[in-house]
Amino acid sequence: MQENVLLQMSHIEKRFPGVLALNNVDFTLRKGEIHALMGENGAGKSTLIKVLTGVYQMDGGEITVEGEPIVIKSPQDAQNKGISTVYQEITLCPNLTVAENMFIGREKGEWVRHKEYEKRADEILTQLGIPARSTQQLGNCSLAVQQMVAIARAVDMKCKVLILDEPTSSLDDKEVNMLFSLMRDLKGQGVGIIFVTHFLEQVYEVSDRITVLRNGELVGEYLTEELPQVELVSKMIGKELEELSSLGETEEKNIVPSEVFYEAEGLSSSEALPFDFSIRKGEVNGFTGLLGSGRSESVRAIFGADKVNGGTVKIKGQPVKINKPVDAMKHGIGYLAEDRKRDGIIAELSVRENIILALQVMNGMFKPISRSEQEAFADEYIKVLNIKTAGRETPVGSLSGGNQQKVILARWLLTHPDYLILDEPTRGIDVGTKLEIQKLVLKLAEEGVSVTFISSEVEEMLRTCSRLIVMRDRHIVGELKGKDLNQTQVMKTIAGGEA
Amino acid sequence: MKNLFGKRKEPLTNTQLLMTITIGIFVVMYILAMTLLGGGFLHTQQIFDMLNDNASLIIVSCGLTIVMIGGGIDISVGAVTSLVVMSCVLYLNNGGNVFVSILLALGIGLGFGLVQGFLVSYLEIQPFIVTLAGMFFARGMTTILSVNPQKVDHAAFSKLRDAKIEISWLGYTAKNGNVVPARIELGVVVALACIVLVFILLKYLRLGRNFYAMGGNQTSALMLGINVKRTRFMSYILSGLLSGISGFVFMMHTGAGNATNAAGMEMNAIASSIIGGTLLTGGVGNVIGTLFGTLTLTTIKKIVVSSGLNDPWWQSITTGGMLCFFILLQSVVLSRRSKGKKS
Amino acid sequence: MKKTGKRFFGGGLGQLTIPLIAIALLVIFNLFRDPSFFSIDLSHNSDGNIVLAGNLISIINGASELAILAMGMTLVTAACGGQDISVGAAAAIAGSVFVKVLKTAGHINGGTVLLAFVCACIVAMLFGTFNGVLVAVFKIQPMIATLILYTCGRSIAYWINGGATPTVSSPIISAIGSFIPGIPIPTPVLIVVLMAILFKLLFHFTSLELFTQSVGINGSAARLNGINATFIKLLSFIILGVCVCVAGSIGVSRLGLINHETLLLDIEMDTILAVAIGGNSLGGGRFKISGSIIGAYVIQMLTITLYAMKVSSTDVKAYKAIVIVLLVVIGSPVVKEKFSKLVGPNMYRHKKAVVKGGEE
Repeated sequence: MQENVLLQMSHIEKRFPGVLALNNVDFTLRKGEIHALMGENGAGKSTLIKVLTGVYQMDGGEITVEGEPIVIKSPQDAQNKGISTVYQEITLCPNLTVAENMFIGREKGEWVRHKEYEKRADEILTQLGIPARSTQQLGNCSLAVQQMVAIARAVDMKCKVLILDEPTSSLDDKEVNMLFSLMRDLKGQGVGIIFVTHFLEQVYEVSDRITVLRNGELVGEYLTEELPQVELVSKMIGKELEELSSLGETEEKNIVPSEVFYEAEGLSSSEALPFDFSIRKGEVNGFTGLLGSGRSESVRAIFGADKVNGGTVKIKGQPVKINKPVDAMKHGIGYLAEDRKRDGIIAELSVRENIILALQVMNGMFKPISRSEQEAFADEYIKVLNIKTAGRETPVGSLSGGNQQKVILARWLLTHPDYLILDEPTRGIDVGTKLEIQKLVLKLAEEGVSVTFISSEVEEMLRTCSRLIVMRDRHIVGELKGKDLNQTQVMKTIAGGEA
Repeated sequence: MKNLFGKRKEPLTNTQLLMTITIGIFVVMYILAMTLLGGGFLHTQQIFDMLNDNASLIIVSCGLTIVMIGGGIDISVGAVTSLVVMSCVLYLNNGGNVFVSILLALGIGLGFGLVQGFLVSYLEIQPFIVTLAGMFFARGMTTILSVNPQKVDHAAFSKLRDAKIEISWLGYTAKNGNVVPARIELGVVVALACIVLVFILLKYLRLGRNFYAMGGNQTSALMLGINVKRTRFMSYILSGLLSGISGFVFMMHTGAGNATNAAGMEMNAIASSIIGGTLLTGGVGNVIGTLFGTLTLTTIKKIVVSSGLNDPWWQSITTGGMLCFFILLQSVVLSRRSKGKKS
Repeated sequence: MKKTGKRFFGGGLGQLTIPLIAIALLVIFNLFRDPSFFSIDLSHNSDGNIVLAGNLISIINGASELAILAMGMTLVTAACGGQDISVGAAAAIAGSVFVKVLKTAGHINGGTVLLAFVCACIVAMLFGTFNGVLVAVFKIQPMIATLILYTCGRSIAYWINGGATPTVSSPIISAIGSFIPGIPIPTPVLIVVLMAILFKLLFHFTSLELFTQSVGINGSAARLNGINATFIKLLSFIILGVCVCVAGSIGVSRLGLINHETLLLDIEMDTILAVAIGGNSLGGGRFKISGSIIGAYVIQMLTITLYAMKVSSTDVKAYKAIVIVLLVVIGSPVVKEKFSKLVGPNMYRHKKAVVKGGEE
């Protein structure tokens, strides 16, 4: 067994200001195996990959390839040492041909020998069974094929370790199968493949071994066949920290019948398949499911964040049209987006400006909130939510993640919404803040606000929600409430199938 | 490219599609001009005149196309051309020799390329600002050298200037029975040579392909192992050098230096590149398209004049209209294509 | 200028550091070179009015069009992350319309001047809308979109007046272009102050500033907060259109004639420069109109200083270029980082690390 080891990462440590992203993590990859790297958001898998590919420099630990200790300085260096990565975002040039994409940046001599490259590219493509022609423009190929071309490039560079970072998230079933047969081929040739994904079925379909990370720590390494799906899910999601159990018990929560606030039938968007959904006044419900299960896409559809394709929506029984965010806001819906950096904060604007933004939009451009009012609002929410900032004029981008999140929460609370959608509000923030946010959710519900709460951590949702909607593969696969609201049941429903 | 030479059929790349549209429009326009307007358009000399008058514009457009394919912009090209003209004229008039003046032209162009390239690539300053400063500097230096127009008075140069290639079978017979041969200036030869060289560079040299990769997706280019900074640096150097050449060709055409030489040439060059199918976003473009871009632009102007719209404003209004048409066309064509791919 | 003083320094110097240093350096340089550079006299002009005169006055006066255009350009830059290169050409159009209406009306009085101005404004706003639609709806980069009008704008101006360069002479026109009888301050300067106040009021009575910055910094987040980015971008071009019209009208009034070829020639480049010198990112986002206004005065001061040093007007560009390069090199992130490495640990790198850390 031991001589089979291709890549050994031991005691890896990586620190970011205020966060220990990787804490004493070990990872072993053997020749000719497909090794799945699993973990929810913030578990540290992408940090581990970035350390391995030289994007980040590790703060402690050792990496050996075939027994030789190596230092990886840059992505380029990693490639030269036989470690290639194919990212979810394709890092090829769509405006060049397939052959050029396979050879550019590593040709010898000043001349491009198109004919020769095309011949060699066609050989490799045929050999790997990739349905593309070398002379095709890459941008005209499907995403799956583009990904395979990236793999072909890596293979031709004689890579020993191939990292596939979420390669299947934008592929359909047929394309996934194509990719898998290619992966099995490479495995047969002795390449070690690290497969990062959030699709459980796929892990069980192709991988030999699974390593699970959680909160920057190693949970364990398992043989795929020996680890049932439900157990994998529980290892990924794990138990919560003791501090959090101080929150109220599930039983006490609101099962008070009240009027339905929001109701959607067959709602669909460019990203979400049609679904039905409703929420009562003062209810806290959750959408759960693994990343990519469609939970975020569904709530985005409710808010009109993506192009809405169809369905009927009623608010307090009245039919309404919600096609864009501003429509939703006018109907008292607030939405805290999953990707805080991209969709949430306006980094260079001050805390004050970020807090009053949504209210200002609802008031309209011609009714600006006066400066003194803005300051009062900002001060109030900085105090209420305990936002740690040097002052209300500090650019929000310089705050820590948790405080940025509180600023966005403040932004929506200020609009006094009837219905608040919180997509991963606790992601990537410290435990104390997580607790505060959960308490806040419960308090809002008591005040009659409906809340949809999404979190990768099931415990959090069990503690706050009275009803859980479970999604898998972009479909709603179950709705849990009452006594079904427990970890085992949730895991089973998420994992699906044989449970 | 294969489909143009009739081998295996691949769907057109964006570069080819935009270029084909331009060539198509040019041909249709020219044929229409020949049938409806006749006159000069029936003589081959018309095309040669267009080339003679625009040789230096074609050359700077080549340089600009390179920079734009790499995702940058260089608005100093016209001013550098003008500075080169003035410097060479003064040098020749002070008893310089022609060969050295060519070196001088190349040297000035190279100098601008080096400095601008360094500022853009290694200090990461916005190319628009850098080349704007370059443009100001070159224009200012030109007037510092001389505010008054300077005519070249140099025997050897005059020979070069007056040298023309005459092709009698492409000529026509004038009313008095004399055969007027087609005349091509040496500058056109230089321009065509530049086009061929840049074409080869962009298609068959590693550097050329790197320009496309860099313009297509900078992050990807970096991940694919391309030295992006050096590649960008090279694009500005090439553009500078071509501006130098363009300056010399300009001088061969006019035989004089003037502070207002090549005024607005940068915008004409950008227009040529865009009409020829180069995208300012980078990664898409072709120097052959640029040649046709220049010809299309010139033909429009000629047609406007021949159709009796003699008022001077019509030329640039139609140019603007043309530009608007092509920009919208590109926007629509490309967004349609990317939508089609998604579904 | 003075009226917006509080805003200038309200939130610390920040982005205004470089333009203010530039002005300070120019002032010091001139003090050493020739202290009389700053002398201001009261003299009688040709109309017999008592007016202020001197280099300082001609700087502040001469920069008026530039400052006005820079205000509008700042907004476009902030919202769209790109610049409008057609402002000079559009100003020529606006100026031509202004003169054309006056000529058509036959006589020049307060009413017709106002009418002419309103007509010119509408036309300039229409051309602004044209640019804005290309940028906001068709998603074309601003520089390319405005290249169209840059190419043909002056010809359209030419065409409006049938190729002539008609003159308009009237006390009202000269009052706009030089001095109002009894007021020693040049009218264009007053107009700049008026425009600055208008912008200030605009930002005070609407939340345009907040929305524009949001769109420019993070378009995706702005959209999810219900801001209509297309409209904000379009609006920025329309507002620039108003600035273009004001600048064009001043330009016409100064000379008492419209010359479509030379009116505000090459001003687009100076305008963009003023925005950049003012510390605004040309990539959009956070902006300070005051910075751009100072930027405009820096440029004009540099120009006049060079004139005073007997540099001819055509040569000024070369020196200007050197100053620009120096300014942008000092402002370049790469240089800043290199410099800070020499000085030791600093805020800049720390900030970067936080951003990286937050990604996980």
